[in-house]
Amino acid sequence: MTTRDVERSEVQPPLSDTLAGGGRKPTDTNLITPYLFMAPYLVLFLIFILVPVFYGIWISLHNWDYLLPGKPWVGLQNYVDLFTPGSTTFEPFWQSMEATGKFTLYSVPLLVVIPLLVALILNERFPGRTFFRVVYFAPYVLGVAVIGILWRYLLDTNVGLVNYYLGQLGLPDKIPWTNEVPWGWVALVGPTVWWTLGFNAVIYLAGLQDIDPALYDAAKVDGANRWRRFLHVTLPGLRPILLFVITVTILASANVFGQAYLITEGAPGDETRTAIMYIAEEGLRNFNMGSASAMSYVLALFLAVISVANFALFRYRED
Amino acid sequence: MLAGCGGPENNPAVQQGAAGSGKEYNGPKVDLAFWNGFTGGDGPFMRRMVEEFSAQEKNIDVTMNTVEWEAYYQKVPAAVSSGKGPDVAIMHIDTVPTNAARQVIIPLDDVANALKLKEDDFFPIVWKAGIYNGHRYGIPLDVHPFGFFYNRDVMEQGGLDPNEPPQTRDEFMGALEQLKSRGIQGFWVPTLPAGSTWTFETLLWQYGGDLYNEDVTEATWNSDAGVDALTWLVDLIKQGYSPKNVGEEAELVAFQNNENAFYWSGIWNINPLKEAGVNYGAVPLPQIGSEKATWANSHNFVIPNKRGQDPNKIAAAKVFINWITTNSAEWAKAGQVPARDSARESSTFQSLELQNNIAQQLPYVHFPPPVPGIADVQIQALDPAVQEALLLKKEPEAALDEAASQANQLLEENRQKYQA
Repeated sequence: MTTRDVERSEVQPPLSDTLAGGGRKPTDTNLITPYLFMAPYLVLFLIFILVPVFYGIWISLHNWDYLLPGKPWVGLQNYVDLFTPGSTTFEPFWQSMEATGKFTLYSVPLLVVIPLLVALILNERFPGRTFFRVVYFAPYVLGVAVIGILWRYLLDTNVGLVNYYLGQLGLPDKIPWTNEVPWGWVALVGPTVWWTLGFNAVIYLAGLQDIDPALYDAAKVDGANRWRRFLHVTLPGLRPILLFVITVTILASANVFGQAYLITEGAPGDETRTAIMYIAEEGLRNFNMGSASAMSYVLALFLAVISVANFALFRYRED
Repeated sequence: MLAGCGGPENNPAVQQGAAGSGKEYNGPKVDLAFWNGFTGGDGPFMRRMVEEFSAQEKNIDVTMNTVEWEAYYQKVPAAVSSGKGPDVAIMHIDTVPTNAARQVIIPLDDVANALKLKEDDFFPIVWKAGIYNGHRYGIPLDVHPFGFFYNRDVMEQGGLDPNEPPQTRDEFMGALEQLKSRGIQGFWVPTLPAGSTWTFETLLWQYGGDLYNEDVTEATWNSDAGVDALTWLVDLIKQGYSPKNVGEEAELVAFQNNENAFYWSGIWNINPLKEAGVNYGAVPLPQIGSEKATWANSHNFVIPNKRGQDPNKIAAAKVFINWITTNSAEWAKAGQVPARDSARESSTFQSLELQNNIAQQLPYVHFPPPVPGIADVQIQALDPAVQEALLLKKEPEAALDEAASQANQLLEENRQKYQA
């Protein structure tokens, strides 16, 4: 026991007591204290999350335009429409869900693997390491409007820099990056990976630095080569980080809006118009807030299912 | 619902406000918040006019706030509903009925009366378009039609007379053929809205078609006229007079970079193109179909429906609207055609060559019908259809048919929504 630990044990109840769930019995003031500490967050949570969540359900049961005097009650009609082929919202909504699904499918694996590789490299010792850590993180500080407009011009079919350089290299120089699929997906996923990989890399880096170096030493003593050390020390050590990164990346990808709004503008037709983009148009431009709310709940339900599955998968592996 | 119950017609402030003549303001000092979407080259012109007005009217202080148009039509209603809306604002003619139905703006019949504004003072099509449900909601400031911009340098390069822009279908096709023979794609067809849709609409009207039937219950853009118009555009791309997959504003960039010879676009591009140093001219659009027609829109003054509106502010707003529209020849310099005849006939406007050229089209400009929610129908149904055809992903007829049946559903939904 170090001196610091001794000092602490004099003023605090013994550690074993705390762990056993003992400690001081809660008094009246103690009952309130934790809630007081949580209050600032809870108030914000209540106002900006909980109330809107339930208010949104209420809205979704009406034909709701916040400025029209009549907001007729329609029951579940907005939801029924979403599942009725031929209704005005059915086709565009599921088209947009498909677009979001595709984007998530293409971007998540890249955003899970590439930042890990970057983090592994940036975790090594080499001159200029701090500089490169900044370089990889730098795009992340830009707003989506900045990267969106930047890439829209870079990727323009006829006047863009990317096609110009491809032409200089003797490659096809009329690739319709922003208004044809599958190119549109490259134009959305590519910049997104470039833009956000720094964030995931930083998380990974923190995780890597948390792994006990003794484990690597032990593995080395056991004769594990680099690959085996990665497989049996690094990856298991990163499991909670991986869960976090995958969950957060899926949710972020499923909420993709700005890139599609600015780079492809949903083109061609509505093929790259994502769910959030369509919901925003329906609710905030066409002022059909009832059906837009209904769509949000369907989307949220999908995301909840995916997140739960994600957690279940990782917990299963841990057992 | 009782007629007018709680509606803006009963707003006492509006009734009282009718007292002011609109010619002069004698009340206490007021601040007017004036909102618009003039984020482009037009902003500084309006700002200058506002400053001049504020300098003349000692008791009216106008503060101008500019929001990009795209966000504008979401911000103004939100601001109005929270009681923080502007005192006077600008809206496009096709959004006036929607905002009137949603009670974002109030009727201005009394303003028009007080100012003795009559149809004779204004260009008739524009003047009539500001009426919704028998009430006037917009006081027209300007008309901004599509025009034909031609790049003299590119025409010369292609062996064309740079001072003879094509004005008929034969001349236009001949010019494109000549340019093509020199390896120049002379007319970059925009594929993205709104440019693509405005181009299509212009041609639809030129081919004798229209967007909707008389009572706006059905979309009619899939008529023979519509299919012919869109097919003509698509063929330009297929035959190589235009590159494929022209991206957002690429046709403008190419025009500025002396790669694109002909650019169909709004009159508001006069100044930006000058500043870009392009050697260009602007004239009416060539007549491709059987009729002369061109797309246009119009900025209108509106008064937002503010709770507890100060009658003095309304009186001051009238004076402001009257002053700006009377002096709108100045505004024309920003790349606009004044809606008021007197301003259009003034020597200031007559001296603006390009504006005058494009203004020649005024007798045959077209607007979307004044029906609430009409802009949403266009954005949801027509925009993607025209785009898919121009990206060569769908046949024009199939694309327009599909869009029309979608639009008919949306029109029906809108009717229910705005009646309720």
